[in-house]
Amino acid sequence: MLRDITLGQYYQTESVIHRLDPRVKLGGTLGYIISLFFFRNFLGYGVAAVFLATVIGLSHVPFRFIVKGMKAIVFLLLITVTFNLFLTPGTEVVSVWRLTITVEGLRTAVTMAIRLTMLIIGSSLMTLTTTPNNLTDGMESMMKPLKALRVPVHEVAMIMSIALRFIPILLEETDKIMKAQIARGADFETGNIVRRARALVPLLVPLFISAFRRANDLAMAMEARCYRGGEGRTKMKPLVYQRRDRLGQICILAYLAISITAGRLRL
Amino acid sequence: MGIIRTKDLVYEYVRRDEEGNVEGFTTAVDKVDLDVQPGEFIAILGHNGSGKSTLAKHINAILNPTEGSVWVDGMDTSEEEHIWDIRQRAGMVFQNPDNQIIGQVVEEDVGFGPENMGVTTKEIWERVEESLKAVGMYEYRRHSPNKLSGGQKQRVSIAGVLAMHPKCIVLDEPTAMLDPKGRREVIRAVRALNEVEGITVVLITHYMEETIHADRVFVMDSGKIAMEGTPRQIFSQVERLQELRLDVPQVTLLAHELRRKGVGLPEGILTVEELADALAGSR
Repeated sequence: MLRDITLGQYYQTESVIHRLDPRVKLGGTLGYIISLFFFRNFLGYGVAAVFLATVIGLSHVPFRFIVKGMKAIVFLLLITVTFNLFLTPGTEVVSVWRLTITVEGLRTAVTMAIRLTMLIIGSSLMTLTTTPNNLTDGMESMMKPLKALRVPVHEVAMIMSIALRFIPILLEETDKIMKAQIARGADFETGNIVRRARALVPLLVPLFISAFRRANDLAMAMEARCYRGGEGRTKMKPLVYQRRDRLGQICILAYLAISITAGRLRL
Repeated sequence: MGIIRTKDLVYEYVRRDEEGNVEGFTTAVDKVDLDVQPGEFIAILGHNGSGKSTLAKHINAILNPTEGSVWVDGMDTSEEEHIWDIRQRAGMVFQNPDNQIIGQVVEEDVGFGPENMGVTTKEIWERVEESLKAVGMYEYRRHSPNKLSGGQKQRVSIAGVLAMHPKCIVLDEPTAMLDPKGRREVIRAVRALNEVEGITVVLITHYMEETIHADRVFVMDSGKIAMEGTPRQIFSQVERLQELRLDVPQVTLLAHELRRKGVGLPEGILTVEELADALAGSR
């Protein structure tokens, strides 16, 4: 059951978006998210929606696959909309019992819903089209200036990529320990939350012990293969900007210029 | 001087009780002298706790001797400035295949060693290709290591070491966690490295049948080298091996028992074919 979890949610296919340099995608996503907060009218969201639809089309990721990922945040979305709907003061539209819906509330709720949905679709599109490895490489390269501030950029990237590699292994192990304990009468599925949480303790202890043992082994194996930090290290797959990456950058800049201008027009 | 040499090697570790107080010292390796020539295939046999893994970790400078010295390719492992040269020249493969693969794609894992050594990108790709081909895993280069079998993972680990262009490979019980099929795959890959590429191999194991192709076999017991010789010399001393708590292969045991019962067989039979031939000839 635990193996069904797919983290990082990469969708394997061939597309221009997949082949784009991770730095372009990271920067683009960041710009896109920021742009969503600049809009004052719905025209801006319209432009953003067109841009998003184009990128989804280019990425060859089926739309229902993206929507499936949205399920997890429906609850969060509902809470946000409800609170905005009822708690914004302003001109009254309808009033039932102690709840009042205002014009302003309606407007904020709708804006909020659109903004959040587009934000999540946009950022999940990035993880869907970029392998975790590529993503960490991109982050490492983009955070390089932070090295001057003594941020251990290479180490952070290395930790992230090792964590990603061990997620499936540890999930498998959790599954194994769980089954072993179910076979001996452990019960993970019934009872209230406190009870279920308590049932997890005997699961977590062996899992942690094994994780530490694995970490120790891995550190030894890495040192045995001459790992000594990022200093003097070369890359097997260095990130090199290509023509399509520059083109992608231009597209993103064009999008930002158009959408923000449109979104700030007083209609 | 050989490629790997140890002289009076002693390794002690401190035993502590639960509060961290010193209980005493355990000598894991006790005055071991080893001299391995370039291109040799050495097997080190021993039951659990015989000190064979501790000995192996000295060759890669993961452990430093308490007493005595270890030289790899003429360099003393206790000298800090040689440590990376030693690790490049004497690669090491460990027991658990999951805990030594760093990359999320097979080819990236094989490239990890050369990346650390600062090899140029173009050469890394060449080395990755040739190493994966040498262990027969080239068609899996784009796979995720999580999807491979134990034997395949171990072959990827061997390729990862091979890509560093070592002179010698130390394998610390590489087959202990594998099924019989995986064990055969790994041993075949190791033999090919030794025979085709001429790389010195030190194979540490507790499966006797994996040592029959070695040039020399060392048997360890409580930190000391208890026996030394060619596989045939070692395998002909069945009683002594059983004393050292080793599982003698069935064929060797059968031949030994037959010989004791008066069948005219030579000592130290290693394979089924050999026994069949000997039996056919003795009639």
